[in-house]
Amino acid sequence: MFTALLGEHFVHTALIAGAVVAVVSGAIGVFVVMRGLSFAVHAISELGFTGATGALVIGIDPVLGMLGGSLAVGAALGALSLRGREHDSAIGAVLAFGLGIGVLFLSLYQGYATAATNLLFGSIVGVDDAQLRNLAIVAVLVLVALALLYRPLTFAAVDPEVAASRGVPVRALSVVIFLLVALTTAEAIQVVGVLLVLTLVITPAAAAQRFTVRPGLTLVLSIGIALASTEGGILLSLAQPWPTSFFITAISFGFYLAARIVSAARSS
Amino acid sequence: MSKAVVSAQSLGLRFGERELWHELTFEVAAGEFLAVLGPNGAGKTSLLRILLGQLEPTSGRVSIDRSRIGYVPQQRVFDRDLPLRGRDLVRLGLDGHRWGLSRLASSDRRRIGDAIAAVGASALCDAPLGRLSGGEQQRLRVAQALVSDPNLLLADEPLLSLDLAYQKVIVQLLDARRRSAGTPVVFVTHDVNPILDVVDRVLYLGPDGWAIGPVDDVLNTETLSRLYDTEIDVLRVRGRVVVVGTPDAEHVHHAH
Repeated sequence: MFTALLGEHFVHTALIAGAVVAVVSGAIGVFVVMRGLSFAVHAISELGFTGATGALVIGIDPVLGMLGGSLAVGAALGALSLRGREHDSAIGAVLAFGLGIGVLFLSLYQGYATAATNLLFGSIVGVDDAQLRNLAIVAVLVLVALALLYRPLTFAAVDPEVAASRGVPVRALSVVIFLLVALTTAEAIQVVGVLLVLTLVITPAAAAQRFTVRPGLTLVLSIGIALASTEGGILLSLAQPWPTSFFITAISFGFYLAARIVSAARSS
Repeated sequence: MSKAVVSAQSLGLRFGERELWHELTFEVAAGEFLAVLGPNGAGKTSLLRILLGQLEPTSGRVSIDRSRIGYVPQQRVFDRDLPLRGRDLVRLGLDGHRWGLSRLASSDRRRIGDAIAAVGASALCDAPLGRLSGGEQQRLRVAQALVSDPNLLLADEPLLSLDLAYQKVIVQLLDARRRSAGTPVVFVTHDVNPILDVVDRVLYLGPDGWAIGPVDDVLNTETLSRLYDTEIDVLRVRGRVVVVGTPDAEHVHHAH
C-alpha cells in the first residue's frame, strides 16, 4: 500500500508543499531563535487561527483569514518592538484574548468541524495544486527578502545598538522580520497546523545552533532538519496511518535531542 | 589639532522634571582623545547616544559626520547560545550594514584577522561568542569598532571587566588609531587613571554644571567642588588622580 500511495498525485503535492514550507521555516527560524521570538511565533500562529475561523464565519477562504490574522499580529508586534519581560506578558495577554475570539468564531461557524481541526493540527495531504502555487509564491518572497536582508538582520538581532550606529534601520527591520515570520507561519500552519508551527519554525533552528556556531552552516543545517522532518513525517504517515503532524514533530524533536546531547558532550 | 569632527552647540537634556545639563557646548578635533567623566546618572551614555543620533537633545544641535562611526557600547553580554563566533561579530563591523549576500574578499578576511590579533583575541575568535568571558567579548567589540576604518570612535566604558594588561592594550590601540588616522576618540569612563597618559581633554558632567579642558584644569579641587556644589578634594597620589568626597564615591569604585 505504501508504494501504491507513492504514485498518487496528492502525495506528490504533499511532498512538494512540505519541502517548500520546510525550507522557508528552517531559514526564518534561525533569525527567530537569534532574536528570542519563539513565543511571538506561537502567538502569531494562534492568531492566524482566529483569522481563519473569522474567515469561515463570513464564508471566505480560511487561508486568507489566516494570512490576515498573522500579518496583523506580526505588524503590531514588530511596531511595538518590545523587549524582554514586557514582551512576553504583552504577547501572552493579546494571545489569550485572540484565542478567545477564535473560540467564539468557531461556535458561530455552522459548517464542518474538520475545517477547524485541520487548522489546529494541519492537513498536508489535503493541499491542492492552487494552494501549492500560493505556498511557492509566498516562499520565494520570504526567501528573497531574507537573502537581501541577511547581514543587516543578523547585525540588528545580535547587536542592535552598534547596528544602529552603522546606519542599519533597526526598527524597520524589526517590523520586516515580524511580517516575514507571519508569512512563514501562515505557510507552516497549512502543513502542521496552528498548534505545531513551532516544530518547523523553532525546533530545527534551535537544534542547528547547538550543532554549530558558524552562522552560514546554522542556516543550512536548520533548513536540512526542517526538510528531513517534514518529508520523513509525510512518508512515515503513509506507512503508518497516524497523523502526519505527529511524525513531523517526533522527527524534529529527535534532532533537537540529538543536538542537545552532542553539545553537552562537547562542552563537558 | 585641526578641524572639528564633532561640534555640539548649546546642548540641553531633560528627562521630565530632571535637567541633566544645558548649554553644553564643545568640539572634538581630529585626532583628539576626549574623556567624558561624571557620576552615575550625569548623562554620559545619553551624550553618546545624542552623538550617535539615537537620542534627540532637548535643545541645541550637534554637527557630526556619522558615516563611519566606530561604537563600543556599554557592556551587555551576548546570549550563551548565539550561533556566532567572535570572528563573525568583528565581521559585522565591516559589512553588517550591507544588503544582499556576498563572500568575504581575502583582503577583508585579512583586515578582520588583523583587527582580532590587535586585541589579542586570535586564539578565541573561533569559539562561540556567547561562551566567552565579558572581558573577551569586550575586546572583540573594540576590534569590531576598529575594523570599520572609523572616522570617529565612541566608547562607553570600554575597559569594564578587563584586567590591567588588557586595559593597556585597548587604550594603546585607541591611542594609536587616533595618532595614525586622526580618528578622534570620545571615551566615556568612571575612572580617568587608565587613560591619564593619552587623554587630551576631559569633559566632566557634574550635578551642578559641566567643565571641559585639560586634565589638570578640570580634575582639581576647585572645579569639582563647583560642579558638585560641595567640598571635593582632588589629590595626586603616585601619578594617579584620586577624588575624595563625591556623593557616590564614583572615582574609587564603581561597577554596573
